[in-house]
Amino acid sequence: MQVKPLELGTKELMDIYYLMRLGRAIEDRLNLLYKGGKLPGAIYLGTGQEAIEIGASYALEEGDVLAPTHRDMMSQLPRGITPREVFLQHYARANSLTHGKGEDNYQGDLRRGTFATVSMLPNFYPVAAGAALAFKLRKEPRVAMAYCGEGATSVGDWHEALNVASVHNLPVVFVVINNGYAYSTPVYKEMKVANVADRAVAYAMPGVIVDGNDVVECYREAKKAVERARDGGGPTLIEAKTMRMRGHAGHDSATYVAKDIIDLWTKRDPIVRFEAYLNEKGFLNEDSKKEVIDRINAMVEDAVTFAEASPYPEPKEAIEDVYAE
Amino acid sequence: MSTPSNRMPASGNVNGGGRRETKETLFIDAITEALREEMQRDPNVFMVGEDIGTYGGAFKVTKGLLEQFGPERIIDMPVAEEAFTGMAVGAALMGMRPIVEYQYADFIHCAWDQIVNVAARIHYRTRDAVPMVMRAPSGAGLRAGPFHSQSPEGWFAHVPGLKVIVPGTPWDAKGLLKAAIRDNNPVVFFEHKYLYRRLKGPVPVDDYACHIGAAKVQRQGTDVTIVTYGAMLQTALAAADKAQEKGISVEVLDLRTIYPLDKIQILQSIAKTGKAIMLYEDTRTLGIGAEVSAIIAEEGFEYLDGPILRVSSPDAPIPYSPPLEDYFLPQVDDVMAAIDKLSAY
Ligand SMILES: Cc1ncc(C[n+]2csc(CCOP(=O)(O)OP(=O)(O)O)c2C)c(N)n1
Repeated sequence: MQVKPLELGTKELMDIYYLMRLGRAIEDRLNLLYKGGKLPGAIYLGTGQEAIEIGASYALEEGDVLAPTHRDMMSQLPRGITPREVFLQHYARANSLTHGKGEDNYQGDLRRGTFATVSMLPNFYPVAAGAALAFKLRKEPRVAMAYCGEGATSVGDWHEALNVASVHNLPVVFVVINNGYAYSTPVYKEMKVANVADRAVAYAMPGVIVDGNDVVECYREAKKAVERARDGGGPTLIEAKTMRMRGHAGHDSATYVAKDIIDLWTKRDPIVRFEAYLNEKGFLNEDSKKEVIDRINAMVEDAVTFAEASPYPEPKEAIEDVYAE
Repeated sequence: MSTPSNRMPASGNVNGGGRRETKETLFIDAITEALREEMQRDPNVFMVGEDIGTYGGAFKVTKGLLEQFGPERIIDMPVAEEAFTGMAVGAALMGMRPIVEYQYADFIHCAWDQIVNVAARIHYRTRDAVPMVMRAPSGAGLRAGPFHSQSPEGWFAHVPGLKVIVPGTPWDAKGLLKAAIRDNNPVVFFEHKYLYRRLKGPVPVDDYACHIGAAKVQRQGTDVTIVTYGAMLQTALAAADKAQEKGISVEVLDLRTIYPLDKIQILQSIAKTGKAIMLYEDTRTLGIGAEVSAIIAEEGFEYLDGPILRVSSPDAPIPYSPPLEDYFLPQVDDVMAAIDKLSAY
């Protein structure tokens, strides 16, 4: 099952770079489409969080499962969710992964190991623990990973999930993206602990803090936690410190965030930072960068065109599939 | 620990009629005004919820209230519906009058246990009042998908101990919210989010409260009664206009309160028209339509000239895609089909 190494080589690093750039490009386009009134629904963007969004879920292997939340579209890209699928979902078309029934980022594909989660936070923390329980019961070397924001850690379900996962020593990795805000509420109004990771002590599991804008570190710590879980070592809590660089959703201009905070974090842009790293290692130059960006732009273009040309579901499908056969 | 406001009853004004000075007011502003006035009137009233302070709430219902009343009465909470609902119960038992705002009605489910097993189960055993209001934006029509569009009033109406209100006009939104805040029971108050900035109507300028448990005839008619509430009131009125063109006179009865139900007005209207259509946005089965039909069947059977019909959402979650959502929601044409069907009787 374990395929990826702890220290990544050129191929994987360039793969991650491609996924981060792809995530950014998809979100930039979603933002434009939303502002232009092209999408029926809302958008929740994770711009600025590419390092943890992609770095952590990249540590999963085939057969593992991922449970994202509302802002984590990018975390699904390493699981094989495609740009076409992302745009089909937002455009609410019949051939989307949720058949036009689910909105924005609440999509997934069990066969590729990623859940279509729900909006209620963090309802898939217990569900991820349940997937891990199934793996444990069947003695399969598989791991579940759940994402959520720091805001969601105030909910009882979050604590219950960590506790049961710990008590039953389940192969699950809990990733919390601490991006400074829950909607308009700053972290200091959400919790008194200095770090979400400090809460791991209460559940006797390792609590790890990572620089959420350093994709190599995000990957490495996630990878360690995933393999620890796979080896029967139980759950880990990972807290990634980062910043939400756009409003809570498309309608929110986030005037409650001071401009100098945004300026500060703009300088820490995870993609720019990773480019510098790849440059230094000799893996990336202006030509190869342009090649990646051109390829991605073409893919996004294709995905939007494809989604716009795709049909809506038939109205009566509204009442179909409420129950399994 | 009873406070003066604990004993203050809601004033009458069942039909909000009479010749009173009114002001054209948006549905959302009527709600904000009710909150503001009740907080001014009674120092025991305070609010808890997510992003209700500086941000003014997800829909901006509490905009300006932090500035006026300060952070001790407009209290931002972490994402923790179960906790702050339970806290409201505790504060209510100590003589306060908390108002809880849920960001969407879909998230009121996260506080289900505190509402159903705690708030609604106290007075029955100990006779201690739990005066609290739980406000939540409900309803579909905004392409918001399965998790931001639900109309869960039926679930709550099924819980003895709770009162459930779904206003359909700015007048009633303000008057019923005031009544809810003055009521000595846990009240669940659903605000249809589609109406917030789309529906404007007259609101009395004087202090008033509507009667909880009283329906209101929003349009007089003689041939068919549509019993409805919330945003579906607009659909009912549009259908009534269309039916008028065909010479069918439709009476529209707005329930306003889902629990307690105004049996008397329901029966009075059916006695007049002999025909009943239940129109509601909640899902079809075992819901408000079934309850009203049962009341009519049990106590108004002899008034009936035809079957009682239900026009509602189907038994399914609310889909995101526009054609699916339009199919899902009851439309004027669906009501017209029911009216036509009843014309045969
Ligand atoms: C139980 C619950 N209550 C309220 C909401 C509404 N809501 C959606 S996102 C959000 C803020 C979440 O903040 P955080 O968990 O930090 O994630 P972020 O949005 O910052 O990525 C809220 C309150 C929700 N989704 N679930």
